[in-house]
Amino acid sequence: MTTKADPQSAEAVIRQGLEEVGADPGQITRDATFESLDVDSLDLVEIAQIVEDEFGVELVGDDVKDLKTVGEVIDLVVAKAS
Amino acid sequence: MNRRVVITGTGAVTPLGVGADTLVDRWTRGESGIVDGDASCRDFDPLEFLSRKETRRADRFTQLALAASDEALNKAGWDELPYDSRRIGCVIGTGIGGIGSLMDQSDVLREKGAKAVSPLAVPLMMANAGSAAVAMRHGLNGESFGVVSACAAGAHAIGTAVRMIRAGAADAVVTGGSESAMTEVAIAAFGKMGATSPSGISRPFDARRDGFVMGEGAGVLVIEDAEAAEARGATILGEIAGYGASSDAHHLTAPDPSGTESARAIRMALEDAGLAAADIDYVNAHGTSTPLNDRSETDALKLAFGDAAGDVPVSSTKSVIGHLMGAAGAVEAVATTSVLARRLAPPTVGLEEFEEGLDLDYIPGEARPLEGERLHAISNSFGFGGHNAVLCIAAT
Repeated sequence: MTTKADPQSAEAVIRQGLEEVGADPGQITRDATFESLDVDSLDLVEIAQIVEDEFGVELVGDDVKDLKTVGEVIDLVVAKAS
Repeated sequence: MNRRVVITGTGAVTPLGVGADTLVDRWTRGESGIVDGDASCRDFDPLEFLSRKETRRADRFTQLALAASDEALNKAGWDELPYDSRRIGCVIGTGIGGIGSLMDQSDVLREKGAKAVSPLAVPLMMANAGSAAVAMRHGLNGESFGVVSACAAGAHAIGTAVRMIRAGAADAVVTGGSESAMTEVAIAAFGKMGATSPSGISRPFDARRDGFVMGEGAGVLVIEDAEAAEARGATILGEIAGYGASSDAHHLTAPDPSGTESARAIRMALEDAGLAAADIDYVNAHGTSTPLNDRSETDALKLAFGDAAGDVPVSSTKSVIGHLMGAAGAVEAVATTSVLARRLAPPTVGLEEFEEGLDLDYIPGEARPLEGERLHAISNSFGFGGHNAVLCIAAT
């Protein structure tokens, strides 16, 4: 039972995931880097699981290892879901 | 000539509250932190010490260690590290580490499958997590590791840290023990082996004692090379004057009833400190409230101290906080340091009915002033598996 990954819902789910792993909600924007949010590879694995549960989109290590910003992950999720 | 090792900071989180002074203040007044058989740290809120992110990246046993370490470093005056960070070690003991996190992820695995298991599971559950987290929080780059020896782990950690400083391998070590293992499996398993108290009452050395009350908590000490500590003008809280350790090699869980090896550990600690039995002014007993421990420990003290055994006041911190297992030896070292500084030995709370053969001076009733010039104590810790670790602590 997954939902459709349009840009708004993808952003909402990824924001929720970032907050869940402890990122400062006020700092989360499309342009924010994971480094600036103190989000590391372990956090990204958790966020990838939340994304998969929500949208049925599987993000593997190679997909996310070069992504630096929140917006890049949102775009990838939308692209993979379409 | 061995380097001397002094204590410059102490911290504790226990069922009696947050803080080393809270522990000893309340214990001295005879107050217990055990409520209806529960010895959890009810007053501890990790978010008072850690960010939300830090909290979710640490098992509760690690959270407790971090809070205790903050108090210890603060007390030591370590606003900045006083030595080269590469010369400061970190040794934290635990009985089992992050068993709560392990059980949670075991449930996730069964209910949702392997893909749902958290990537944080391993760093949360590993038994060295407390040591790693404390080193990372304070930027300690010296030797760091965990120590695992059941209920002797806290004392073993401190003893090992003392040896590191004496050997010249470190100038200071942040050391202690931490435990939070009150999971359903652990509670069931300790109950099944008859180790824990069906009545939920911790009353060491009492004839009615029926097992230990499982507790959680952490104790952390900052220990330093004495000359270096004095040179930087540190306030010295006490000295770890001696350490002795041995193994029963007798049984999976039961102590050797003869007390031979536990008595040898006590004698080794005294010899290491250059002291005789008559020099010891107070014994902080392992005193678990199990039928076996309290008898064999009594016999071990008689073996080690000979005729002097009956003259030394003995009390058990576990009478008011239960058994903190891998944290016990460290919390009790923190408490003993304070007891010597205050020159006032808290009682074995709840001890009312005496048993034949258990005839030491266990300080029933009220706290007892300690007499003598420079006070010395031993703190005993014995763990399942036959591990015996004894610290000899001296007042300043």
